Amino acid sequence: MMPGEHRNLIKGLVFISPWIVGFLAFNLYPLIASIWFSLCDYSVLSQPVFLGVQNYVDLWHDPVFWKALRNTVVFALVAIPLSSFLSIGLAVLLNQPIAGQGIYRTIFFLPSLVPAISLAILWQWMLNGPMGLVNNLVRPFLNIINAVCGSHLQAPDWLNDPNFALGGLILTGLWGTGQAVVIYLAGLQEIPLELYEAAELDGTSAWQRFLHVTLPMLSPVIFFNVLMSIIGALQTFAVPYILTGGGDGPGRSLLFLATYIYQNAFDYWNMGYASALALCLFVLIIALSLVSVRYGEKKVHYSGR
Amino acid sequence: MKPTRSSVPWFTRVALILLGVLFLLPFFWMVSTSLKPLNETMKLPPQWLPSSPQWNNYPDAMRAMGPFWLYARNSLLLAFLNVIGTVFSSALVAYGFSRLDWRGRDACFFVLLATMMIPFPVVMVPIYGLFKAVGWIGTFQPLWVPAFLAGAFNVFLLRQFFLSIPRDLSEAARIDGCSEFRIFWQIILPLAKPALLTVALFQFMATWNDFLGPLIFLARENQYTLALGLQALQGTISGTPWHHLMAASTLVLLPVLVLFFLTQRTFIRGIATTGLK
Repeated sequence: MMPGEHRNLIKGLVFISPWIVGFLAFNLYPLIASIWFSLCDYSVLSQPVFLGVQNYVDLWHDPVFWKALRNTVVFALVAIPLSSFLSIGLAVLLNQPIAGQGIYRTIFFLPSLVPAISLAILWQWMLNGPMGLVNNLVRPFLNIINAVCGSHLQAPDWLNDPNFALGGLILTGLWGTGQAVVIYLAGLQEIPLELYEAAELDGTSAWQRFLHVTLPMLSPVIFFNVLMSIIGALQTFAVPYILTGGGDGPGRSLLFLATYIYQNAFDYWNMGYASALALCLFVLIIALSLVSVRYGEKKVHYSGR
Repeated sequence: MKPTRSSVPWFTRVALILLGVLFLLPFFWMVSTSLKPLNETMKLPPQWLPSSPQWNNYPDAMRAMGPFWLYARNSLLLAFLNVIGTVFSSALVAYGFSRLDWRGRDACFFVLLATMMIPFPVVMVPIYGLFKAVGWIGTFQPLWVPAFLAGAFNVFLLRQFFLSIPRDLSEAARIDGCSEFRIFWQIILPLAKPALLTVALFQFMATWNDFLGPLIFLARENQYTLALGLQALQGTISGTPWHHLMAASTLVLLPVLVLFFLTQRTFIRGIATTGLK
């Protein structure tokens, strides 16, 4: 190494030193320690005792773990496509020369600012069985359907019904999707108008232009948003935890991997088992991200490449 | 889907108005409930507006939460420390990743990007053990000290901004014998004010909204943040006084809304650029 190069290296390392310390203490050490703890009986109060793979064997035979895993994956697989459709749809609507565009953008964005605690308590109230606003909006429609079809559909008691609790959480999430709308709208505004004009000259319909111009041009932004939502959805904790009053819902219908890690670590002080769960969550995140990166490589269109 | 100016179809307008109303309804319902007397919150079918607004629901809800102002102070103090810590440290790190050339820089930056895939629930057990070992459980330190060690996302945002500043600026200063830290402090930082403000805003929101961190690291009630105080209110009361819960939820949301409306432009631009780079 040249002496100048050496000096540059030192300078660079000095500037990034806060991150190096943070990385070692809060990323690298915890990941390695998790692997060790997951092989131990560990309660924080005493020293970890080596167990081998016992925690993983227990995990395999633990129906609650499978429930948490299933809920987490189902939530991600349902909530992410729904919120993507909604936010792309809203952004496309907003991207038209309409009076009050800025006001609408603010309206759709505002819910994403609401702190988890306020959001969850508000939606606990919104989703209340008899008195909640959601059911009071749903009931007139159900009455019409019942009158027409002779059925007996009833508005659900969302958060107290194991079949509807996850749906209630997804509805809560859809309301808070505004951040993606802002990002998509910015993405749409980057698409050169000439592309649309050229497509229009070719006699394409609005829907064809959406499929063949908008979606490909927007695909890098969609890819980014989906990746971020995967990471976000898989670690969901605060909103379902508060929605259920600090629990996991009827029949554990709102138990997620993060919730189960929390319960094992801080309710049962079973840190070894919690670490095994944490590693499962980590592997799940890596796997789903890799899948979407793989898929993204094929489908995402980067202009200028 | 970019029609010419004259041709926005009527159903687009109607759809936007309907969706706008739908998105505003929960806010309306929160405030409307917060101003009702208890018996009116229970009415079926629900009453849209309180027959006469009960403004004293707000002070009542604050009293029901216990030391409301102490919680507010704790939340503000943590938000303040986090903002200071992350703005300064993330800027320093972003500078090292954007305006200096050194061997291994891009590999390190890749590692930094990869850490964004490690969510807190994955690493919280060993981090808890770490703070336990140094005796920080039940103190504020776990909730603000890490902010001084730079946040990956903030570094990423600031780096984008620093890269857009012409290199010649630093070169000229270097030739004049300016130290690297002075270039950072006196030339680059003043130019980066909008980006720093964006990071500060994001961090304020993140700390104010944080729930899991305070939940596991704090022990005594007098250290609670507003989020924990509100959760305690939700848990302790039987018969659920929705008017108080809605009033308290509104109060916790209010500072965030005020801050947003004061800085709307910076805020929206900050969000918009995160997805485009």
